[in-house]
Order: sequence, then C-alpha cells, then structure tokens
Amino acid sequence: MNLGLGHLEATRLWTTLAAAFLASLVECVEALTVVLAVGSVRGWPGALAGAAAALGVLAAIVAAVGPALTRIPLHRIQLVVGAMILLFGMRWLRKAILRAAGLIALHDEEAAYAKKTAALRGAGVASGWDRLAFAASFNITMLEGTEVVFIVVALGAGGSGLMAAASLGAVAALLAIAALGVALHRPLARVPENTLKFAVGGLLAALGTFWVGEGAGIVWPGDNLAIPVLIAAYLALALCLVPLCRSRACAVAREG
Amino acid sequence: MRWIKSIAREVVGLFVEDGSFAGAIAAWLVVCLAALPRLAASARWAGLALFAGLAAILIESVLRFSRRR
Repeated sequence: MNLGLGHLEATRLWTTLAAAFLASLVECVEALTVVLAVGSVRGWPGALAGAAAALGVLAAIVAAVGPALTRIPLHRIQLVVGAMILLFGMRWLRKAILRAAGLIALHDEEAAYAKKTAALRGAGVASGWDRLAFAASFNITMLEGTEVVFIVVALGAGGSGLMAAASLGAVAALLAIAALGVALHRPLARVPENTLKFAVGGLLAALGTFWVGEGAGIVWPGDNLAIPVLIAAYLALALCLVPLCRSRACAVAREG
Repeated sequence: MRWIKSIAREVVGLFVEDGSFAGAIAAWLVVCLAALPRLAASARWAGLALFAGLAAILIESVLRFSRRR
C-alpha cells in the first residue's frame, strides 16, 4: 500500500482537530453550566458580557502565543510540548478510567447548576450594572478557557498548519455548545462527559507519546501512522483497566 | 488577584492531579531521554519501550487507587 506524504500529514491534521474539538467540548459544557446559572439568576447582560470579555482575553493569548511558538524550530519545543500534552492526556485517561469504574463520582452538570444558582440567589440583588454576574461569568470562562488555550497552543505547536486545525476544532466546539445552550437554556447534562474524557485522554496521550518520542530521536515505524496505533493501544488498555479496577475495588471491600 | 491565583492553580492542575502519577511519568521520560540515544541500534523498539513504561505507570496508578477505595 502506497501512502503519500499528504496522507500522513492528513492523519496528524485530523487527529489534532479531533483532539482540540473533543477536549474543548468538555470544557465548554462546564463553562456553559455556570454562565447559564449566572444568566438565569442575575440577568443576561452581566453573564454574557463576562463570558465575552473572557473569550476576548483568551483569543488575544492564542493570537500572541500561537504564532510565536510556530516560529520556534519544531525540534526545540517538541519534547517540552509533547511532555506537557502527555501529562495532560494521561491525567484525563486516568480520571476517565476511575470514573468509568465507579471509583470516583461522575461530573454532574445538573448538580453543578443547582449549586451555582443557589449560591448566586443568596448573594443579594444588584442595583445597576451587576458586577457579580460579570465576575462569575468571566472567571468560569477564563478558568475553563485556559485549558482550551493550552490544548490549542500545545497541539498547534506541533507543525505547520496544526495551529489552524487546533483553533478550528476549539472554535467549532465553542459554537456547538453555545448554540445548544441558546436552544435548550439548560445545562447539557446528557453530554457523555466521561466518554469524551476517555477519547480525549487517549488521543492526547498518544500524541504526547509520539511527540516525546520524535523529540528523543525515535523513528516511529510508519511515521505519522504510528499515531492511530498509539491511540488504539491507549484506549484498549484503558478499556481493559475499567473492569479490572472495579473488581479490584470489590475484592478489597469484601476483604475489609 | 484571586482569579489569577485560581488560573495559576488551574494551569498546574492541568498536568498534576496525583503527584506520584505525574512524577512517575516525568521520571520515565527522563530515563528514556537518557537511555534511548545510546540504544540507537534498536531504534525500532524504542517507541515500544516508551509506550510500555507509560502503560505500566497508568496500570499501577489506577490499581493502587482501586486498592485504596
């Protein structure tokens, strides 16, 4: 089978786009829950202005840091960026395994929404411009957005054209979640957050392993085609670990 | 200033949730970086060794957590 260079680059491009999209989806869902709570309790002008201001700051960070990173020769940053992506991906994969095994609680958007609305109702009524609404919305968008910015910048630093692909994935996720938020006006509790974390964890762990390897001088068999093999290997390992963790925890509970 | 601290905490939290897990990964990467250039003759196996170590760290970490619960 003759796979051209374009085919190999497309593998990296689509993996980057998918990883940025899925990871951003998770973060956007969490931010939307709080922005919806702020808007419904304190009013929409402050909530939307806070979210918009934070998005402006985050876009400015990507615009400033992204192009600067892509100008640095790839081999100089590949190791560092690869290690960061690897740590990030492995952390998500570990958490997703433990959640799927029932050892730590799943993230509950309905509960987070109820908790936030209760806290905001108890904060008193603002006269005029609601600074609390602005600050609450700004903070959550900045917090969740920082993770998105890291993912976009780190994935985008991996080669020419990847910054555009990573940014496109993140913007697509933001638009999709914003559209769903406007249409439904309630938290997106049915988004399978842990399944997404599983997938993103596998994708990022694989990309991180690949980049660290390249940075260390490893010649991967099949070049970029090693990426899907690594993704499959991480996901298969994680899926095997879920029942194993569950049975191990049950065995310990019976002994105790 | 409080939100800046929150963001700094969030940024560290991006990479480190369980200190021993993140530390083991970092240590394995250091070992690989030190050892792999000396094993250039078996470069085909270097990628497999890198992945195998990371997989072992993941397995140990989640099983250790399971025993604790």
